[in-house]
Formats: sequence, structure tokens, C-alpha cells
Amino acid sequence: MSIVEDNTAAAPDVDEDELRRRRARKFERIGKWVLPVLVMALALFAWDRLVVWNGIPHYILPGPWLVFSTLISDWPILFDALLVTLQITLMALAVAVIGGVGLAVLFTQSRWMEMSFYPYAVILQVTPVVAIAPLIFIYVDSRIAGLLLCAWLVAFFPVLSNTTLGLNSADHNLRDLFRIYGATRWQRLRYLQLPSALPYFLGGLRIAGGLSLIGAVVAEYVAGTGGIGSGLAFRILEAGYRLNIPRMFAALILIAVTGVVIFAGLSFISHMLLRKWHESALKREG
Amino acid sequence: MAATSAPLGQRAEVMRIEGVDKVFNGDVVALKGLNLTVNSGDFISLLGPSGCGKSTALRLIADLIHPTRGRITWAGGQKAGDLGVVFQEPTLMPWATVAQNVWLPFRLRGKTYNSVKDEIIEALRLVGLDKFQNAYPRELSGGMKMRVSIARAMVTKPRLILMDEPFAALDEITRFRLNNDLLALKEKIGCTVIFVTHSVFESVFLSDRIVVMAARPGRVIRELTVDAPYPRDEVFRTSSDYAAYCRQASDALHEAMEGVAA
Ligand SMILES: Nc1ncnc2c1ncn2[C@@H]1O[C@H](COP(=O)(O)OP(=O)(O)OP(=O)(O)O)[C@@H](O)[C@H]1O
Ligand SMILES: [Mg+2]
Repeated sequence: MSIVEDNTAAAPDVDEDELRRRRARKFERIGKWVLPVLVMALALFAWDRLVVWNGIPHYILPGPWLVFSTLISDWPILFDALLVTLQITLMALAVAVIGGVGLAVLFTQSRWMEMSFYPYAVILQVTPVVAIAPLIFIYVDSRIAGLLLCAWLVAFFPVLSNTTLGLNSADHNLRDLFRIYGATRWQRLRYLQLPSALPYFLGGLRIAGGLSLIGAVVAEYVAGTGGIGSGLAFRILEAGYRLNIPRMFAALILIAVTGVVIFAGLSFISHMLLRKWHESALKREG
Repeated sequence: MAATSAPLGQRAEVMRIEGVDKVFNGDVVALKGLNLTVNSGDFISLLGPSGCGKSTALRLIADLIHPTRGRITWAGGQKAGDLGVVFQEPTLMPWATVAQNVWLPFRLRGKTYNSVKDEIIEALRLVGLDKFQNAYPRELSGGMKMRVSIARAMVTKPRLILMDEPFAALDEITRFRLNNDLLALKEKIGCTVIFVTHSVFESVFLSDRIVVMAARPGRVIRELTVDAPYPRDEVFRTSSDYAAYCRQASDALHEAMEGVAA
């Protein structure tokens, strides 16, 4: 009898399920960070041992410490290259957003436009950029413009297709309501279609962020020429010719980190824009 | 604004539907020979089985679709946007707050928020949600969302409010509450309502006219008058008059369903 009372007094609203749920949540919170770091540490350790125990020379496979020290010692070169690649990437992303959203709006405003041009947007998308890039550099004089065009070609389609889908997925009852209230085209676009499309657009944007980096890197490979204003991809090529393998790895790591940062940044923006109302940004209990 | 409506026989005409047919795709006869005169202050229920063309009738009145035959005329000509509509789902914009949602009909007429703020707050007060102006729809219960939808429909004081099974998805207790509140609202602002429902009880409780419809083809088979005074409340809901009207409407509904094999 008294035991039962003690129990209820100690934790009135916490049952076994709740305790299990809390444990699971705590594990989730910690594991999300600890486990990947653990995997990384193990991989680095294995890499290091592999190199040391087998006596692999650094021009074939450098150990992690050598890569890390190269990253530091070559930082001035690599950082300049990073800035160039980043600049192309972000400009391409910006143009992809403007072009993708602009075309999507045009398509939803005019069936004619959509019927005429949508197939070509698909064709541009499915043709590998590596195959188009050499042509682009033949006809486009400015290197920057060429790089930008390549990166844009890769990045704009997800923005276009997602935004088009979003603009067309406004609730049909709300559409009727807008018609009943005599809304103009512009009002419907501004107050109904664009907000409905926002989550779709942001999904496309996150994909486009990664793709514009890929586009920029691929374009640099194809463009090939070096000198001042060359980006990370060119530094990788160049280091490869000189068998400077540690620098190749260092540049590769920088590209990967850049991709992750772009993705995380866009995810954060997306979360901030949607957190008040969209399902994807809501925390659910249980 | 003006309260209780004039007696049934002495109300001014708002809108008239004359001999309207609606045929979809050349062969689906959704409505056949629909006649209906709507007078100012009426609360009309369209009652009938699924597929008898109730929603189609509302869409015709809202000018979202056009009659295949016949015509719909408005006393004093039709003005765009002079309607309020409530759908079965609350149909709110999830990205906008409660107050912004209620602002919508004004906004589409080019009115700034501040110029109509008083009307918006008043409409929200009438549905009991003035404390929730800054909430987002996802923070509200189903019944509260429906109240916002009603506030949006009446905030412009339209000539006619169309409601298509607005409470069908709600639980019975919430539905009773909203029925009571809807009548209280109607008394306060003296609006004219066409209300679509499957429920005999709801239609009798709310309306002064019940239009019973049958399917295949959709048509009116009976018009009943519920001559009980407003305001109606729980006393009416438990009265013998109410039971008698329900019996009448129910009989008419059975008649409507007889032709169709169950
Ligand atoms: N756009 C459309 N195209 C083709 N047929 C339609 C269309 N809209 C309605 N119908 C048909 O018209 C008939 C009446 O439909 P309506 O939606 O008006 O019925 P309802 O009385 O509202 O039914 P419910 O109670 O199920 O909502 C149905 O047979 C339906 O299939
Ligand atoms: Mg219907």
C-alpha cells in the first residue's frame, strides 16, 4: 500500500513509456554527434595505421597528418582557390534561383510558354554538363562567364521544376476562393501561389546548392587553364600533375567541407522561413 | 447592424435560379430544372443524398461554373466578391496568421490591414477568437479553424454566404456548439445563408427553409418551411416541434432516396 503511494508521489506523470521515450531521445541527441565523430576518428586511425604499417610513400597515399599539415602550409594558395570556386558557386546559385523561379512563374502564367520551352529545359538538364562544357568554352570568351554558365546549367533545373510544382499545388479550394473574391492574376500569384510554392522552392534550392558546386568544379576541370583566379578543381588537377598528392587531398577536403556548409546554410535558411507554419519544420511530440 | 430578419413572406429577393440544368462532360446530368429564389435573411438548407448536386448548385451560384441551361439572376446585378464561402475544410492559408486569413477578402479588394483592422477584430470577436489573431492555423483545433473560416466569410458583410457541409468533419459536440454559434451570429449580422448538409437534424435546427434534393438526375423534390422563431437554442432542440420537423424532413429525404437502389 505505502509503496504504491510512494511511487505516485515521486513521479506522478511519468510512466514506463515516458521514461523509455526520454532515454531514446537523450540517446538520439547525443548519438547524432558522437557517432559520426567516432566513425571519423576510427577511419582516420585506420588510414594512418594503413599508411605507417605498410610503409606507403606519401606520393601514393599520404597519411591524415600529412594532409592536415599540407592544408595548413598550403592554406594561402588553397584559400584563394576556395574563394574563386565559392564565388562561381554562389553566383551560379543566385542566377539559378532567379532564372529557375522566373521561368517557373512564366510557365504558370502562360501555358504557351510552358508548352514551348519546358521540353528544352528538360533536354538541357539530362545532357551531362561535361559534354556541353567544352562547347561553352569555345564560344564564350570570358572564363568566368563560361564557368558560371556551366554551373548554372546544372543548378537551375531543380529550382525550376520544384518551383513549378509548388506554384501548381496551391489548395484548390483556396484557388476557388480567390476566384470568388475576384482576385487578379497578380494577386493570386503573390498571395496564393508563391507562398504555396515556398517549401517546394526551398527543397529545390538545397539540391541546387550542391549541384552548383559540382557544376563549378566540373567546369573548372574542363576549362583547365590555370594562373591567377583558378579554383580548387584546378588546384587538384595541377597537384595531380606534380604528384603533390597531399595537396590533392587537402583541396578535396575543402571542396567537401564547402558542400556541407552550403547545404547546412541553405537548410538553416529553409528552417527559419518555414518554422512558423510548415509541417516539415514542426517539432512533433512522440 | 440590423438584427432579426423580416417574416418569411416579406423579404426582399436577393437572387433567383430559374430552370437551371448542369451537365458535365456532355452526359453527367448533375442538376435538372433547378428553381430557387433566395430572399434577404433566409437561412436555406440544401439537404440530400451524396451526388444530388448540392455542391454543384453552390458552385453555380458562386459563378465558378456556368449553367448548361437556365439562368441565375441577382437583384441589382452581380458584384464580384459579394459572397462569403465556407468549405467543408477550413481552407485557411497555413502561412498566414488568423487575422491575416480573415483579412484576405479585403486584401483582394486592395484594402490595407489597418484600414479594416476594426472589422477583422470584430469578426474574430463574434466567433470567439479575438485572442488568437496572431496564432497560425496549425495551432488551432478543427473547430477553431472552422470559426476562422466563418469569420473570413462574413467579415465583408456579403449579401449571401454559401456553406458546403462546413461542420461535416467535426465531432458532434463541436458541431452542436458551432450550430448554436452560427445562429447567434446570423441574428447579430442578419446575413443570408445557403447551407449544404447531409444531416436532417442540422438542417431543421438551423434553417427556415429546407430544400430536399434527389440524385440522378439532381433535382429538388420538396421544399419545407421550418416556421419556428429565432433565436433557437437547446430548448428548441429538445422541443416536440423540432421532432416533428425532423420527421417531416426525414420522410422527404427517404422519398428522395427511394428511386436509388441502396
Ligand atoms: N467537375 C465535374 N465533372 C464531372 N462530373 C461532376 C463534376 N462535379 C460534379 N460532378 C458530378 O455531378 C454530380 C453531383 O455532384 P455534387 O458534387 O454536386 O454532389 P453533392 O450533392 O455535393 O454530393 P456530396 O454530398 O457527396 O458532396 C455527381 O454525380 C458528380 O459525380
Ligand atoms: Mg458536395
